[in-house]
Amino acid sequence: MRIGVVTFPGSLDDGDALRAVRLSAGEAVPLWHGEPDVRDVDAVVLPGGFAYGDYLRCGAIARFAPIMESVIDAARGGMPVLGICNGFQVLCEAHLLPGALVRNDRRKFVCRDQRLRIENARTLWTSSYTAGQEIVVPVKNGEGGYVADEPTLDRLEAERRVVARYAGENPNGSYRDIAGVVNERGNVVGLMPHPEHAVDELTGPSTDGLGFFTSVLESVVGA
Amino acid sequence: MTVDTIENAAKTPDDPQPWAELGLKDDEYARIRDILGRRPTSSELAMYSVMWSEHCSYKSSKVHLRRFGELQQETSVGKLLAGIGENAGVVDVGNGYAVTFKIESHNHPSYVEPYQGAATGVGGIVRDILAMGARPVGVMDSLRFGPLDAPDTQRVLPGVVAGVGGYGNCLGLPNVGGEVVFDPTYARNPLVNALCVGVMRHEQLHLAKASGVGNQVILYGARTGGDGIGGVSVLASETFEDSDGSAGSSRRPSVQVGDPFMEKLLIECTLQLFSEGLIAGIQDLGGAGLSCATSELASAGDGGMHVVLDRVPLRDSTLAPEEILMSESQERMMAVVEPASVERFMEICRTWDVRADVIGEVTPAGRLTVEWRGETVVDVPPRTVAHEGPVYQRPYERPAWQDDLEAASPSSLARPSGGDALRETLIRMAASANLCSRSWVTDQYDRYVLGNTVLAQPDDAGVIRIDEESGLGIAMATDGNGRYTKLDPYSGAQLALAEAYRNVAVTGARPLAVTDCLNFGSPEDPGVMWQFAEAVRGLADGCQQLGMPVTGGNVSLYNQTGDTPILPTPIVGVLGVVDDVRSRIPYGFREPGQIIYLLGATRDEFGGSEWAHVVHGHLGGAPPAVDLDVERELADLLYHACRDGLVTSAHDLSDGGLGQALTESVLRHGMGARVWVPDDLDPFVFLFSESSARAVVSVPHGEEVRFTSLCEGRRFPHARIGVVDDAGVLEVQGQFSIPLDELRRAHESRLAQTFGD
Repeated sequence: MRIGVVTFPGSLDDGDALRAVRLSAGEAVPLWHGEPDVRDVDAVVLPGGFAYGDYLRCGAIARFAPIMESVIDAARGGMPVLGICNGFQVLCEAHLLPGALVRNDRRKFVCRDQRLRIENARTLWTSSYTAGQEIVVPVKNGEGGYVADEPTLDRLEAERRVVARYAGENPNGSYRDIAGVVNERGNVVGLMPHPEHAVDELTGPSTDGLGFFTSVLESVVGA
Repeated sequence: MTVDTIENAAKTPDDPQPWAELGLKDDEYARIRDILGRRPTSSELAMYSVMWSEHCSYKSSKVHLRRFGELQQETSVGKLLAGIGENAGVVDVGNGYAVTFKIESHNHPSYVEPYQGAATGVGGIVRDILAMGARPVGVMDSLRFGPLDAPDTQRVLPGVVAGVGGYGNCLGLPNVGGEVVFDPTYARNPLVNALCVGVMRHEQLHLAKASGVGNQVILYGARTGGDGIGGVSVLASETFEDSDGSAGSSRRPSVQVGDPFMEKLLIECTLQLFSEGLIAGIQDLGGAGLSCATSELASAGDGGMHVVLDRVPLRDSTLAPEEILMSESQERMMAVVEPASVERFMEICRTWDVRADVIGEVTPAGRLTVEWRGETVVDVPPRTVAHEGPVYQRPYERPAWQDDLEAASPSSLARPSGGDALRETLIRMAASANLCSRSWVTDQYDRYVLGNTVLAQPDDAGVIRIDEESGLGIAMATDGNGRYTKLDPYSGAQLALAEAYRNVAVTGARPLAVTDCLNFGSPEDPGVMWQFAEAVRGLADGCQQLGMPVTGGNVSLYNQTGDTPILPTPIVGVLGVVDDVRSRIPYGFREPGQIIYLLGATRDEFGGSEWAHVVHGHLGGAPPAVDLDVERELADLLYHACRDGLVTSAHDLSDGGLGQALTESVLRHGMGARVWVPDDLDPFVFLFSESSARAVVSVPHGEEVRFTSLCEGRRFPHARIGVVDDAGVLEVQGQFSIPLDELRRAHESRLAQTFGD
């Protein structure tokens, strides 16, 4: 199973995402933003960072990178896509996910170990977890506040499309403590916290993040 | 606009020049005329003025810094691969890996414009590391501010912290440690010292030089703008405004503006250029911009250099040649490239969307010439600009007030007696400006990016894995104590060294090498110069005793407000190697039943202590005694205890003494502790003395015998002082107990209350 990780100019956690794929026994495939397509990968991760410097608006330029046309097509065709932090912002800008991510309510960058509650364990990226399970992964963002209008939020809740919620203190003012959402089809997940930084006790607060990567490996193998 | 060419300069020898406004002294200007055999052109004057500035030339400090060059140029692992004089020193850490690290100041810009000043401080030191051929893998920041509750600290601190974080986070470099200290002397002169560390294979080392006649000189990265002109000297912009008569250029801020995204591209692009062997010589552009890069590259090579200034891409087309030469625009690098490699070089730059222009070439003659609009505006021997600047033997003298300061011993200060008073003191200290939790600051820094951070703040040292297979890693810590250094500059510098060394050692690492940032007041004040000379002497002697070279660093002088200098603040960074990061030791009690030991001897030492400062606002007497041999014994003991798995946590004892170390150790994982005072110690001294060469460790139940025999075999002082429990209380038997919740509220809320959540 081949999982591609896209590197945009300004991507920072691409190496961590590739490592997380390897540690989950997947084949990690580096993808370059300038490539015309995602080649023969089975899933795609858009990693954290500041793609194109986050100029204009976070993710607003990355969304037009050459490779994104292929990512968007593949996502619409059902390929599993996970956007982490900046990748989540890119997915929102690409209209693959509803809502937007805005400046943290405290107006400061925040990096800390965060408790999360997995709300939906039936997506391609969360099937290794159980609904209601609490995990600890790092959160680190300056513009991680998830916002959407009330009808959209209600719809996300009604359709069980909130994938993960902040437990304990909300680090960035996200509406309804939303840390991650999934598209209608259940294959595209955007997540503000960083599971790729919680894959080894030595370098992270836990290994709780591995579940996102093992989920997609199992789901694609099982498909 | 007329251009001041060398022909014009020869023809008009008596034209008045603004050398004084550019910060040059009359004898310095005379010397330039002497070197050139004519008056300098305005472009040459600009180059000499910035390169002969205190910041670039070390003219006041050089005679003292020679002591560092006389130290052994090797560590316990091997010879230095590069030492003082290069962009950054390079240390062999084994397995074919080399590490380069350096600390640098960006103090004055951070007061004028806190965010950009601090951000570009990080950017500058990162480029220094990159220029050695290394991949930057981590940063640290050592900060000093005025009083926590002073109104201006509200402006400066949040901006500096956001700038350090904003730049480092956006570059994808984990911030793994540093310090934040408050003192009134830093009120209008904050200190922002940034450290960067990078890793390379031995064969990837690159040195700054321009060799090989015909090789091309390529400027790449950001375009050159009017920012940061005169950043290293003084009053530059006003002078140019006057000299060319155009009011339009107005005053330009001397603070640079950073673009971390550009720097990220520059890092990736440069590392690819290195890996394909396309770089014959390289230099980053920092202080003094093109003046520095061209003259330093040309001096270090075997030829001269010719530069066509018109080819420098500009953000502002109205810039005059002298402004282009002085601009400190960020995110620029200069490479010397063989003609056959230029095409591939340009191709890689295009891949990364990095602009690159051939602006000159290496020439045979030992001259640096610069051409502008077809005419020669600079024609100088490059060494006279870069390396043969003035050297001063500044007068220095022990200040008259030093005796009174030393005589003002803290022994007469009222001490808390009885459990309640000790309890109240411990809580008050834990909540004080210099001891309270730094999480408000460090939560703004990404410590996870790159996935190799094994320890980061609040641990005593940052530990970064550099080889995933073998687990080889490095540890780093920075420390400095201005109060100790004011009481005794020689000992104070050694105490800073001892603390950084100890902070590295408590993680289980072997300390190897030193970088330093020497922050002092005006060198024209003989008392300040005495502090400086004594601190350098102390540091050099200390490094010799510990067998560590000083691989590089930075001097920052003129840190004062009016006639009042800052506390003399040598910041010492120590680099260590960790054989296998899987065996590293964090601090913090985790397991109930583990035994707490105090290592080292505790004496009645309160001169310059945090207790005297917090409770009495007192500074006087002598700082704690330094014994570097004992420091080494402690480091060696911890190394072996770590290797054999005999300790599960270790914490350095320094500011605030044992009381503070216990506070931090219980709060980390919410574990309680029951502690007893050894029979031979007074409870107050036990809790608050700042005697050096001490640590507190926890030993797993069942390993006590092995641990104590390790200590006894080395005759190292050790005392069993307590046990970890899960009762939710820090108890000092027979004295007091404090519920962890109460202690946590005191320790963790202070900065958020001051600066807003």
